[in-house]
Amino acid sequence: MQTTKENSKSTDSQNTKFNFDYAPALESTDIVQIKDRNLLFIDGKWVAPSQGKYFKTINPATGLPLAEIAEASTKDVDNAVKAARKAYTKTWSKLTGAERGRYLFRIARLIQERARELAVLETMDNGKPIKESRDIDIPLVAAHFFYYAGWADKLDYAIPGQKVSPVGVVGQIIPWNFPLLMAAWKIAPALACGNTVVIKPAETTSLSLLLLVQILQEAGLPDGVVNVITGAGETGTALVAHADINKVAFTGSTDVGRLIAKTVAGTNKKLTLELGGKSAHIIFEDAAIEQAVEGVINGIFFNQGHVCCAGSRLLLEESVSEIFVEKLKIRMQQLRVGNPLDKNTDIGAINSSTELEKIKKLITTGQNEGAEFFEPNIEMPDKGYFQKPCFFNRVSSAFTLSRVEVFGPVLAISTFRTTQEAIAKANDTPYGLAAGIWSEKGSKVHKVASSLKAGVIWANTYNKFDPTSPFGGYNESGWGREGGRHGLFPYLNTKQGAK
Amino acid sequence: MSLNKKMQIAKTFKLFIGGDFPRTESGRSFPVYRFKSKDIYANLCLASRKDLRNAITAAQGAQSGWQNRSAYNRGQILYRMAEMMEGKRSEFVDTMSDTLGYTSAKANTEVDKAIDSFIYFAGFTDKYQQLVGTVNPVSGPHHNFTSCEAVGVVGLIAAKKFSLSDLVSQIAAIIASGNTVVVLMQTEGAATISPLAEVMATSDLPKGVVNLLTGQAEELYTHFGSHMEVHSLSYQDTDKKILGEIQTLGVENMKRIIKPINDLKSLDHILNYVEYKTVWHPIGN
Repeated sequence: MQTTKENSKSTDSQNTKFNFDYAPALESTDIVQIKDRNLLFIDGKWVAPSQGKYFKTINPATGLPLAEIAEASTKDVDNAVKAARKAYTKTWSKLTGAERGRYLFRIARLIQERARELAVLETMDNGKPIKESRDIDIPLVAAHFFYYAGWADKLDYAIPGQKVSPVGVVGQIIPWNFPLLMAAWKIAPALACGNTVVIKPAETTSLSLLLLVQILQEAGLPDGVVNVITGAGETGTALVAHADINKVAFTGSTDVGRLIAKTVAGTNKKLTLELGGKSAHIIFEDAAIEQAVEGVINGIFFNQGHVCCAGSRLLLEESVSEIFVEKLKIRMQQLRVGNPLDKNTDIGAINSSTELEKIKKLITTGQNEGAEFFEPNIEMPDKGYFQKPCFFNRVSSAFTLSRVEVFGPVLAISTFRTTQEAIAKANDTPYGLAAGIWSEKGSKVHKVASSLKAGVIWANTYNKFDPTSPFGGYNESGWGREGGRHGLFPYLNTKQGAK
Repeated sequence: MSLNKKMQIAKTFKLFIGGDFPRTESGRSFPVYRFKSKDIYANLCLASRKDLRNAITAAQGAQSGWQNRSAYNRGQILYRMAEMMEGKRSEFVDTMSDTLGYTSAKANTEVDKAIDSFIYFAGFTDKYQQLVGTVNPVSGPHHNFTSCEAVGVVGLIAAKKFSLSDLVSQIAAIIASGNTVVVLMQTEGAATISPLAEVMATSDLPKGVVNLLTGQAEELYTHFGSHMEVHSLSYQDTDKKILGEIQTLGVENMKRIIKPINDLKSLDHILNYVEYKTVWHPIGN
């Protein structure tokens, strides 16, 4: 990932202060036009919410409102599902895979053409650094559409020996941490497989998806194939509970995932869930230590730590733990927290005051439980929602910070003595989303990778994503995979082919 | 001088947990009758919640060892189970004829099909990975591959309507990929637990990989559904209400709930019980 590297030669003191004076390099917002009032997108048309309710979305870096967003009522949700059903029956399921693919390819190209606009808007609404939205989020969005476009006419190869068919109408609910990327993860495979979509963005980050709608219109996507209903929890509940939905796909917290799973229980709806994590990041003494430090920084501070697969539990082999922690402190001293639109910014704004309060509360808990707290002495913006990156050292496995997902730039550090202990500690969590391993010894990497109960293992790297690479967790981190060939499975019904 | 035929030794039917043949700790039993008669064929154990928990503990203890066996070895053992079933053919046939009223032909066909199922999955243990595992062409200098892993401990609530071959398919599909299983056989056909457990016990199958209980789903399904060490629960019966309740209970540890499967001898059947793991590693100096 694109964390900047200042190669420091002096690692002897944690107080080393670098005087890199970066002149602000602000990305212009001129490219973006935000409507004051944003409507719902149902059956190919922008429609006002039936109850006339709107809520504000803010720029978390300033705390100032950006726009008003329509709140979809149960009736609006019903209209959206009806539109999706009609489009499924009358249009989308009648197209060949090749034709569906053409639409998706076209969408991918249009995303590339309007990439900067999408990136700036994403950063304004979400608070993530522009270098991340510009170099990671939006390129991956385009890549996802491009990847699944090519699958649309090759679904017979998806699962050997199985005949496949679309599921039908899909209800999708996405989170605020990667707003447009999560929309792409959900919409692209669903459409490629021949389903139609009703999608709800997170309450605080609707704008980029609404801009994507313009692109879908530009691409000539038939009416009703994708419907966007903006709103909060109640809108999502109405969508999940709707009787004419064939499948629900959700990314978000494990608590909300549980509620959704309970709502879907006893119905014929398919369900995939991409939930929380408390992923272990294991550093062995034979790791390339400088690289591992960068990996750990990227693992926990990428996207302000608002990453379900964040490497939030650092497990250090005892023999290198002290030096590693020192290096980490020095590196953290160089992190730039600030205006997300500044191209130099490493850590942007926390998406909402609610999230910021949650993080602060957990930090207080960590301090009360007695772990060693460290935060760098760096400048912080004087407005907006920001959190200093920090860690807790000597965290025992019983501490809250070892168990609970913080979803912020907060790292919990503990040590281990043997490989077996590292594996046991890493697996000591109800989650199972991701894990990281740093060692220069290949056989050890493979041994540990195969012993970790997690869906994604990054060995000598961390937080890498690609449309061809399946993503998803074991145990309480969810059901199913997104991305890659395996990401098709949840959007297809299967039947044994001729023997 | 031969003994009176009535003095033959009847077999005691017990549970199969962790490779042992215990009676239910509850001391309870239920009668199985000869087909359409009031003659008691045997008194079977009515498994309790405690038996279920013991079986889950056994399955949990056996899981990583079984998963770490080579795929080849798991295949050999499943094939051995087919061989042992062939050796016990007459006992299966007699049990099904006596308690279910099968004709000899029908009972033999069922055993044939069950043996086929063991063999089908014996031959699958080292192939499903190649069919759904992938090397993913990520854009960037990384080696990236996705492989299948066992989900862990699986609960299997068998259908009320007994079918030996279906049951064997379900067990074999679950253990083929390295899962361990706790099976609840419902009352119909439950007397086959005896030869089935002996097949498991004599096939070099590690203790605890397959655990067999006889009892009532109504009594035990909530405990299957809520147990935190059961990672996946396969409900192969048809009661929609129970299925819904299991799905709700399973949410506590996000259990994978598997609904009745149609194509038993299929790749899809195995894939119900695997997780996909994706590993990244940089390519470079």
